[in-house]
Amino acid sequence: MGGGAAYENDLNFKATELRLGLPGTGCTNEEQAVSGAKNNKRPLLETREERGSKGKSDPQHDDQETDPAPKARIVGWPPIRSYRKNSLQPKKAEAEAAAGMYVKVSMDGAPYLRKIDLKVYKGYPELLKALENMFKLTIGEYSEREGYKGSEYAPTYEDKEGDWMLVGDVPWDMFLTSCKKLRIMKGSEARGLGCGV
Amino acid sequence: MNYFPDEVLEHIFDFVTSQRDRNSVSQVCKPWYKIESSSRPKVFVGNCYAISPQRVIERFPGLKSITLKGKPHFADFNLVPHDWGGFVYPWIEAFARKSVGLEELKLKRMIISDECLELISRSFPNFKSLVLVSCDGFTTDGLAAIASNCRFLRELDLQENDVEDHRGHWLSCFPDTCTSLVSLNFACLKGEVNLAALERLIARSPNLRSLRLNHAVPLDVLQSILIRAPHLVDLGVGSYVNDPDSETYNKLVMAIRNCMSVKSLSGFLEVAPPCLSAFHLICPNLTSLNLSYAPGIHGTELIKLIRHCRKLQRLWILDCIGDGGLEVVASTCKDLQEIRVFPSDPYIGNAAVTEAGLVALSSGCPKLHSILYFCQQMTNAALITVAKNCPNFTRFRLCILDPTKPDAETNQPFDEGFGAIVHSCKGLRRLSMAGLLTDQVFLYIGMHAKQLEMLSIAFAGNTDKGMQYLLNGCKKLRKLEIRDCPFGNAALLMDVGKYETMRSLWMSSCEVTLEACKSLAKKMPRLNVEIINENDQMDVSADDRQKVEKMFLYRTLAGRRKDAPEFVWTL
Repeated sequence: MGGGAAYENDLNFKATELRLGLPGTGCTNEEQAVSGAKNNKRPLLETREERGSKGKSDPQHDDQETDPAPKARIVGWPPIRSYRKNSLQPKKAEAEAAAGMYVKVSMDGAPYLRKIDLKVYKGYPELLKALENMFKLTIGEYSEREGYKGSEYAPTYEDKEGDWMLVGDVPWDMFLTSCKKLRIMKGSEARGLGCGV
Repeated sequence: MNYFPDEVLEHIFDFVTSQRDRNSVSQVCKPWYKIESSSRPKVFVGNCYAISPQRVIERFPGLKSITLKGKPHFADFNLVPHDWGGFVYPWIEAFARKSVGLEELKLKRMIISDECLELISRSFPNFKSLVLVSCDGFTTDGLAAIASNCRFLRELDLQENDVEDHRGHWLSCFPDTCTSLVSLNFACLKGEVNLAALERLIARSPNLRSLRLNHAVPLDVLQSILIRAPHLVDLGVGSYVNDPDSETYNKLVMAIRNCMSVKSLSGFLEVAPPCLSAFHLICPNLTSLNLSYAPGIHGTELIKLIRHCRKLQRLWILDCIGDGGLEVVASTCKDLQEIRVFPSDPYIGNAAVTEAGLVALSSGCPKLHSILYFCQQMTNAALITVAKNCPNFTRFRLCILDPTKPDAETNQPFDEGFGAIVHSCKGLRRLSMAGLLTDQVFLYIGMHAKQLEMLSIAFAGNTDKGMQYLLNGCKKLRKLEIRDCPFGNAALLMDVGKYETMRSLWMSSCEVTLEACKSLAKKMPRLNVEIINENDQMDVSADDRQKVEKMFLYRTLAGRRKDAPEFVWTL
């Protein structure tokens, strides 16, 4: 599903640069000479929530050595409604999906969530190992009949229909396309999933 | 006029519908004021803080329909903190208490809570129409209350709101006895809806003429909906992804064949472009087409569609249509009156349209009078040509993605180009400018833009003179919003009385100081001068010479507002 603007790579810094100045120059003095007008522009503002709302903050473009002009994005620019900006984001999400598949991971009792890239793992064993490392716990052995026995934790995920499923029941590829977020259940809630199924 | 009994005058006034005309009528003499005020059914309040709800109810006891606007326009672009204000609850509470027979409510940029929606649904037995544009603060639970309790609901129109979605039960809340729906728009809802409830609702709504679905309504449901609602005039397609060879697609083609009354088409929130050809059948009837939320459609598919739309009057589209596509629009849509070209990727800045597309539209579409155009580059020559081709513009909004970019050919500022626009378009009411601009353009605007009511400026001008030309020359100016311009105290204080003739003034990242704002507030008690200071705590002992980051002032009869959050300081 393509769109108007092509994506060569996600973080095309040069192209996203917004600066005060004539095209091809980085120097405001030149601009003044050409336009014959005094330029009293204020320095650009740093962005704030605008970036945060996209859920992924873009790094500052400090590593460009050639250009002295400020490269911060301008708050509230271009002037289109957030609602509209958000509706265009699916294209960005597509690009992100191609690059990696980040899902949130919550664990009962933990104060904050984590995020992992599912694409990095080749199958369930690797994923479970990573989860065990991340949260410093043991998840136990998977069995179709009893779920995860040998531990008080059970890894679950929310699928596209909003239902909470036990990790491991469906083929790995199907899991990748349907998993929206992960939750490591603990205690009695976890045991409920494995019993008598 | 004293010879006529009041009832006759009232009957005559019934034919006067525009708010402006009714305002004029009410100023003729005291008896006319009384009669007009007591019989006015529709009230428009452009700034909810300009007047108190009590005063509105006192003056217009017969009010049945009200439109309220809250946050300043720049709130659309994240320049206003989310909880700045614009709460509608006090209005609804006052209407409920005074038993106003409210039937229609239209809100723009306001905050409305679920409690408020519930209060509306219980307090006004004849409530018929709810239109919410760019509002937030509510969830689908509030919609459930409206659905459940408003027995005569005709219109539920949600446009671009930020709604917290608690999943689709609200649709099931319309009782079986509800058969009065004429217009239902839930395109902005992000969550799932109960599809079976939706189909049943549509099946029992014979008067339904406008239906806009959200992304959760798939192709097969669309097809069955169209079969049940062949008299639709306005359709917003939801999710439109399917294999063109499938049986469902063929059924859809048959269903569309039945819907020849559709004049307005929008949506396509997810789309597989090959399926668009199903709609080619109704394209010849379309007067309005909005594909600006369909980022997946290639220019070539858009062009194929447009070629069938000879009767189009209004077109909202993404810039992936390209200059070439706009040329097709220009040669096909001879009745075009309004066009909006949005950027398909605002951050990369590779807008696919340039001055060529704009010029093509201006030469091909003689009835064009309203335009919003996001582009990569522009030239003065193009603007001058456009001004010559289209002297009838009433709304002209141009945005170059790089805000201070000069003329792409000459590297000059756009003073001459926009000067030509305001000189030629004598009926221009709304203008928004882009690119490199000096004080000169404001001189032109002050000289020629005599009908201008709303002006938006960003990154333009050199000195206070720019703003002074504007305030001096534009006699009908009502809303002025300025960001990142070097206008300061001399301009702000030049003509303080002017602000009472305007609805509001917004200035952010300019050169205005606290001292000047205080002085202005002191001189003009009927203005609220608000300083919005998100980051720091309100420092009352702050140095008056410091620059003010964001100032919003508006005329008001209601005095200082009581619901201002901590970071808003009314001087």
